[in-house]
Amino acid sequence: MKSRTIKRLATVILLAMAPTTLVACAKGGSTASSEDTAGGTLTMWTHNAGNKNELAAIEAIVTDFNASQQKYKVEVQAFPQDSYNQSVVAAAAAKKLPCILDIDGPNVPNWAWAGYLAPIEGMDDILSKYLPTTVGKYKDKTYSFGYYDVALTIVSRESVLKKYGIRVPTVDQPWTQDEFMAGLKKIKDSGDFDYPLDIATSFTGEWWPYAYSPFLQSFGGDLINRTDYKSAEGVLNGDAAVQWATWFRSLVTDKYVPLKSGTDPAKDFINGKSAMLYSGTWTAVDTRKKFGDDTVFLPVPDFGQGPKIGGGSWQWGVSTNCANAAGAQEYLKFSGADKYVASVATATTNIPTTAAAAATVKGYESGGENEVFRTYSEKFALLRPVTPGYPFIATEFTKVAQDILNGSDPKQSLDQAAKNIDANQESNNYFE
Amino acid sequence: MTTSTVTPAVPADQAAPAGQKAKRSSPGTVALLMLLPAAVLMITFLIIPILLTLGLAFTNARLISPEPARFIGLDNFARLFQNDTFWASLRNTIVFAVVIVPIQSAVALGLAVLVNVKMRGTNFFRTVYFLPVVTSIVVVSMLWLFMYQPDGLINALLAKIGIQGPDWLGNPNTALFAIIVLSIWQACGMHMVIWLSGLQTIPGELYEAADLDGATKFQQFLHVTWPGLRATRTFILITITIAAFSLFAQVNIMTDGGPLDATTTLVFQAVRVGFEQQQTGYASAISLVFFILVLIVTMINRYLTRDKDVR
Repeated sequence: MKSRTIKRLATVILLAMAPTTLVACAKGGSTASSEDTAGGTLTMWTHNAGNKNELAAIEAIVTDFNASQQKYKVEVQAFPQDSYNQSVVAAAAAKKLPCILDIDGPNVPNWAWAGYLAPIEGMDDILSKYLPTTVGKYKDKTYSFGYYDVALTIVSRESVLKKYGIRVPTVDQPWTQDEFMAGLKKIKDSGDFDYPLDIATSFTGEWWPYAYSPFLQSFGGDLINRTDYKSAEGVLNGDAAVQWATWFRSLVTDKYVPLKSGTDPAKDFINGKSAMLYSGTWTAVDTRKKFGDDTVFLPVPDFGQGPKIGGGSWQWGVSTNCANAAGAQEYLKFSGADKYVASVATATTNIPTTAAAAATVKGYESGGENEVFRTYSEKFALLRPVTPGYPFIATEFTKVAQDILNGSDPKQSLDQAAKNIDANQESNNYFE
Repeated sequence: MTTSTVTPAVPADQAAPAGQKAKRSSPGTVALLMLLPAAVLMITFLIIPILLTLGLAFTNARLISPEPARFIGLDNFARLFQNDTFWASLRNTIVFAVVIVPIQSAVALGLAVLVNVKMRGTNFFRTVYFLPVVTSIVVVSMLWLFMYQPDGLINALLAKIGIQGPDWLGNPNTALFAIIVLSIWQACGMHMVIWLSGLQTIPGELYEAADLDGATKFQQFLHVTWPGLRATRTFILITITIAAFSLFAQVNIMTDGGPLDATTTLVFQAVRVGFEQQQTGYASAISLVFFILVLIVTMINRYLTRDKDVR
């Protein structure tokens, strides 16, 4: 008896599950096919499933858009950031790209070249007011734009700088290399901190090229020669680059920075383990909570060619796979308004890309405590190389920077990286 | 592999004449039907990818590209053999396997002998030693990542006895060793259970007889236990070797192949080149080299063990 009941139960469960799985399949199929019909649903993919605030802000825009007209309906599908890029690549291979999608800034040229992205039309007026680093361009066409940018800064405490007699640098007068190193030495010699500076070497992935290639650029080197994007020879392994590498390694050998930072460098800074923290604007909330007005967000040092920071964060574009290109373009135009720039920037506590939006976001208004971040973005930000070869360059730079920090021969490692990058650009026929 | 492909072939031949009598229930058809699900999966996820890899290794195929792949002959291999990271990967993979195969199987055997003792509480120890196996390797790697930190648990313990521990994962001299230790700790429970099953197939009378002959515990192990474990030994040797060659997760989570290529492995390099650097063709070439390496080692394994079986 008992086993029969169990069998029956199992059958019922199986039967009950079958329709749901079928429905799930059918649902997946229908969203894909509805993209082919004119009007109707536009699928939109975003990477921020793990970021509640940002996702909510994006969903609010979509709700507004759907309510503003009858013709199109945008549907959001959120992915976790870790698997987002792979999902897009897989979808592109299967020709199942969504109509609207977001893209990490430096990947835009790669995806535009690969034919994933369609140029954005008729937004030049709106985008002319955006920070240049938040607009994704490739070969004179605009492919994407983002609502915000992020700035890199050196976080410290005014009281600490004062105690060791270190000048507080300004946008117009940042530290020189000598001044910076002398400051680090003073703090280190005092023995009050585990390390004078933390540059967050425990972060992985895109952080390395994003955070450390600007130092290289400030020294006068670069990831690739930007006149024609054909070769890294002479810029990634020239004298300036070797100087950068030697300096970078000396940070570790002189015990100014930990070879490997803790899992959360911001926490170490807050707990007083490090006197300065090289990080992004996202640490502002937590550090201010702890140190209040004592917290200062300093411009990065000038190593010869002016202070440099990375630019370009997540941006939005239209896929070539979209049967409803007009609708997708319309959505982007709708979403590019200052109002939405302000709402997304507020939700992410990042830098609003337009001045008009900045005026309405708390902290970024004229004289606001965050205004300085926008100034850094405006004055120092440099895009990562605009070439479809960038993802490769990024991995090569990450590896060479890690090797150098661990003590490999600077010239030899940089030569090898430059050679690899050149070989990759060449084997792709320079992405012509 | 060989046995599974041969089995259906034989009944299928015999079934041909018999099949005229009762077509539906001929053993050949049934065998084929039963083989079908596994065969479909094996062909789709094993045979076809292997064949694709074989082809792609000689092209410049890319993960993302509007251009179709072109045949480029042996270029990928020429590039590979000039690449220092490749040789480092090959060296690390071999070192890892050579160290881990004997040590891990010995540790597992030791544990198995210990928990095979008939006394209260052995089940508790069996469970404890087996726990790391059922824990995800990702979780285990994260845990050890914290323990290996310069001010982590291990160095804190070493400091208690006056030893200044190194930065285990940050030092090229200790990184691979650190990963080896963690891997043995994680996987030896699995092999302990297999050894244990082998131990329990040895009849108790043999030990009684050995006792009567006045054999010491060590002599018993050498002349009763060890010969009794021949089949288990072969199985463990092959599974550990293959598992050791495919080292990836620990490296990916803990060191990213660094510092200075001290922990990069063939599989890690193939994944990095194929997905992060988008060079499908080049990654296929690495996979092909890896495939051949594993093939050779497995054939040597098989040759050695078969020889003993015949005798």
